[in-house]
This record gives sequence, structure tokens and C-alpha cells, in this order.
Amino acid sequence: MNEHDPILTVDRLNKTYDSGHTALSDVSLTIERGEILALLGPNGAGKTTLISTICGLVRPTSGRVSVGGYDIVDDYRKARSLIGLVPQEITLEPFEKVWDTVRFSRGLFGKRANDAHIERLLKALTLWDKRDAAVMELSGGMKRRVLIAKALAHEPRVLFLDEPTAGVDVELRKEMWAVVAQLRADGVTIILTTHYIEEAEAIADRVGIISGGKILLVEEKGALMKRLGQRQVRIHLAEPVERVPDVLSNHGLERAEDGRSLIYTTLEGGPPLAGLFADLAGAGIVVADVDTRRRSLEDIFVELVHNGNGDAA
Amino acid sequence: MNWLAIWAIYRHEMVRAFRTVLQSLVSPVITTSLYFVVFGGAIGSRIEQVEGVSYASFIVPGLIMLTVLTQSVTNAAFGIFFPKFIGSIYELLSAPVSFLEIVIGFVSAAATKSFLIGIVIFITAHAFVDIEVAHPILMVVILIVTCLVFSLFGFIVGIWARNFEQLQLVPLLIITPLVFLGGSFYSISMLPPVWQTVTLFNPVVYLVSTYRWTFFGYADVNLALSASMIVLFVALCLGVIWWMFRTGYRLRT
Ligand SMILES: Nc1ncnc2c1ncn2[C@@H]1O[C@H](COP(=O)(O)OP(=O)(O)OP(=O)(O)O)[C@@H](O)[C@H]1O
Ligand SMILES: [Mg+2]
Repeated sequence: MNEHDPILTVDRLNKTYDSGHTALSDVSLTIERGEILALLGPNGAGKTTLISTICGLVRPTSGRVSVGGYDIVDDYRKARSLIGLVPQEITLEPFEKVWDTVRFSRGLFGKRANDAHIERLLKALTLWDKRDAAVMELSGGMKRRVLIAKALAHEPRVLFLDEPTAGVDVELRKEMWAVVAQLRADGVTIILTTHYIEEAEAIADRVGIISGGKILLVEEKGALMKRLGQRQVRIHLAEPVERVPDVLSNHGLERAEDGRSLIYTTLEGGPPLAGLFADLAGAGIVVADVDTRRRSLEDIFVELVHNGNGDAA
Repeated sequence: MNWLAIWAIYRHEMVRAFRTVLQSLVSPVITTSLYFVVFGGAIGSRIEQVEGVSYASFIVPGLIMLTVLTQSVTNAAFGIFFPKFIGSIYELLSAPVSFLEIVIGFVSAAATKSFLIGIVIFITAHAFVDIEVAHPILMVVILIVTCLVFSLFGFIVGIWARNFEQLQLVPLLIITPLVFLGGSFYSISMLPPVWQTVTLFNPVVYLVSTYRWTFFGYADVNLALSASMIVLFVALCLGVIWWMFRTGYRLRT
């Protein structure tokens, strides 16, 4: 296994549940070592199914997955020992102590006890004071961090975080992002699902969009923003206009607010605005104010999911 | 074999059991004492002797079997049902462990617990009657085997059960009647001939009979027959486990 080979390859994965529902159709995905991939998708898109299949909880109907070069079925021991999973739901035994449950996770993955490692983890996740507390005595955010500690107990190379920040307050979310950043610095590959687009924008290297069991798009975040990122320039007018003057027709302006403003749409890195303003002045239009809005990932996301295919790009 | 994982599961299950150690051990002591008062004291004063053994002593092996069987099934069933119920099973299923390793971890922990309970009952019984064990090593071996086999059976029940009702159904509807009708408190020879025949379809009869033999050197049923029936039951359980493993039955969707 070459270190430049991808850490995870998903090849034409399909999953149809016993109920007859097809949750994944022909999903293919390649993830490089050390990157952070955010999977975005609406409820029921198949994010959890995808993660669960890779981690061994769900049996694929067809297709192959390999982690670190190991097939998840034929070589499940090697593949799984590379993986840490933080599930979407909080699933912890209520009476168990924090320390015990984290130590159990390490043992379960066949690693020798290493109290120093667990201590470091609990401290990093600000759970050290709670190490002797039973899980049921913890707050929701703490429980989620216990799940993360459990997933990291065996020092995985790939970490799956299924909606790690759902129901977590802003401050804690920032802390969680810091933890993710630290893991990335340590060379851990991270795949996370989220409904929060800001989250994907804030921490991911690449963004994948999944809807109806299909991957619509996977792209480097910056390139995605560039390729799809439009800017809207809203030009507020001193006097409303009845219609867009002909001299401005080549700029593709739109009238808005009953003619009290004009909207100019351009791509990131498009032509300079100087020409437009010169033409506006030439047409005798007095500009009162201007504001620009970058099209967010959210807009792109909504559009893609709406169109139901990747061609929207 | 991922021995560290098996050990982790075993230890985890034992810690869970020891959280409620008082209930686990005190209740069999109380129950056993009650049985001695009722069966040994009240009824035993009328029966006096079965096959040359005082009735109070006669019921000891059956009593141990009764409790150990029920405890093995319920402990093991609950042990695997609980993580399924609260969802923490995700960890077992995503860990680099085989189904066999999961079975060994859970079943040996449940068996350890019921073995300890069996020993506690044996010691409690000493407070009421004199017991001499004819074949002490076999007595312990059969106890261990019983704990393991019925924990295995309980494990199957725990995987099969979808809810708490189903979880209690098997011990309540199958195990308890089989054990009561399995000759724990009487010798098969005391039954009318028709019922003696019916009884032979009850696997527990063979177990109790063999176990009683290790105590008193006397068995209701032919030992070789008992041994083969027990082996058959073990094979059946292992077959079911193997099939569950192949199909991911009720564990993986
Ligand atoms: N065990 C199951 N049996 C049958 N259908 C299932 C099962 N699990 C999930 N599904 C269905 O598969 C689809 C995808 O579900 P999945 O949990 O993967 O979505 P998701 O993208 O994680 O959604 P969310 O954002 O709400 O977590 C849904 O329509 C769901 O109803
Ligand atoms: Mg989900």
C-alpha cells in the first residue's frame, strides 16, 4: 500500500434495505489520506447508510469498499482496525463509567491498554473531570464527546463523524472543530456528515453532496466555491427606474424592488465592475448604495438537491 | 483470534454484573433457603427418602440446575439484548472482531456469573443438609458445561428477541416449565408411565439426571443416553449460532 494511494475507496456501492427502500445507488467515492470530507445532504439522503456500510453495520447489496487498501468484507479485521466511528445517535450504556467505556472501546479493537493515551484523550475533550462519572450523569454535549473519545481510543487512521455537532451549542461546536483540526494535523482522515453548511465551509477540504442515495457532487471546497460561487451586486438607486435602459442591456441587469434597485450577477473573479458603473453614469442613473452578496454553499446545495443531479453545476 | 477483544467484552460484562452483585447473589441464597423450607421441610417430612437419599438432599442437584439454567438463559439473553436495545451494539459490529469472538466473550461472562450462583447455592444447601458428592470433579465439570450451554442458548434468545416481552417469553414459557418438569424435585420413576415417556422429550431431564448421578451415583435415565442428548442439544445451539453468523441475523441490516 503506497502512501499516496487513497485511504478509502467506495466502488459502485448499492444498498437496498429489506423494506425495499434503496438508500444508496451506485455510490463511488475516493478519499485521500489526511483530508477532511464533509458529506452534506438532506434528511434521509443516505449519509448514515453510507457510513454504516463502510463501518460494517450495514451489509451492502452490491459494490466494494476498501479502507487503507483492505477490503471491508474479505479483510474486515485490518480494515476496521483503521476506522473510528462516532454514530449519529447517542448510544451509551447509562450506568457505565466514562473511563470504563473508553477503555472498553480500546480493548474491543484489540489494542493493549494504554491509560496514558486515554488520559490524553479525555483531557483533550475536557472530560477528565468526569472520568469517574456514570454516563447518565453527563450532559448531552458531554455524552457526544464520550462517543468521540471511544472512537479515538484505538488510535484510528480514519474517523467517521455522523453529525458530530447536532444539538451542540456554538461554543462547543467551535471546540469540536478545534479537535477535528488537531486530528487532521495528526494525519487522521476525517469524514463527517452535517446539515450545517457553515460547518462544511469552516472545516472541510472537500465537500460531497448526497441526495436520494446518490452522490451528486464531490469537489474541493475552494474550487466548488469558485466554480459555482456567483456574486450578486445589488445597486440601490436614488430614483426608481421604469425599465433597464437599453445601453445597459449587455450587463444582464435585473430590476428589483419596483425599480428601486438593479441586480447584477457575476462569477467570482469576473470582469471588473468599473465598466458597469461607467455605463450607469452614462445612462444618467444615480447610484445611492451598493451591496454585494457571495452565493453561499447553501444556495448551491439547495439548487443541486432541487435539480436532483450533478449537472446543475 | 482477537483475545484482547474477547477479554474486553468479558471484563465489560463482568463489571456490569458486579454492579448488581448483591441482587445477583443474595436472591439465589434466599430462594434456595425458601425451597428448603417448603420442599425439604414441609414436603420432605412426608416423603423422607428417594432412592435411598433423604428428600432434602435429593433436591439439591435439581435446585442448583433449576437456578443455573434460568440464570444462564436470562443473563446471557439480557447481556446481548441490552446493547441491541440501547444501540451501543454499533461498537461490537464495527470492531475488528468476529461473531465467534463476540459469542465467546458474552457467553463466558454469563456462564461465569451463573456458575458463581451455582456454587453459592451449593454452599447454602450445606447449611440445611449434609451432602456428599460422589463424583466431585464431574459435578463441577457438568455444572460448567451447563452454564456454558444454556448461556449460549440465552445468547441466541437475546439476538432473536426484538423487545422486552420476547426476551422474557422464552425463560418464562419454555425454560421454567422444562426445568420444573425436568425432575428437579422428584425422580422420574415416581411419575405414571405415560408421563415418564413424555418426559423423555425434555432435554432438561437428562441434565438433571446426570447431575444427580454425580452427587449420589444414581441416575433416572441411562447415562449414555443422557450424554448423547446433551451433545445433541449443544450441537443444535452451535448450529443456530453458526447460521446466525452466516446471515447476520437480526444484527446487521
Ligand atoms: N434499517 C433500515 N431499514 C429500512 N430503511 C432504512 C433503514 N435505515 C435507513 N433507512 C432508510 O434509508 C434512507 C436513508 O437513511 P439514512 O439514515 O442513511 O439517511 P441520512 O442521510 O443519514 O439522514 P439524516 O440526515 O436524517 O440522518 C431513509 O429513507 C431511511 O428511511
Ligand atoms: Mg443520518
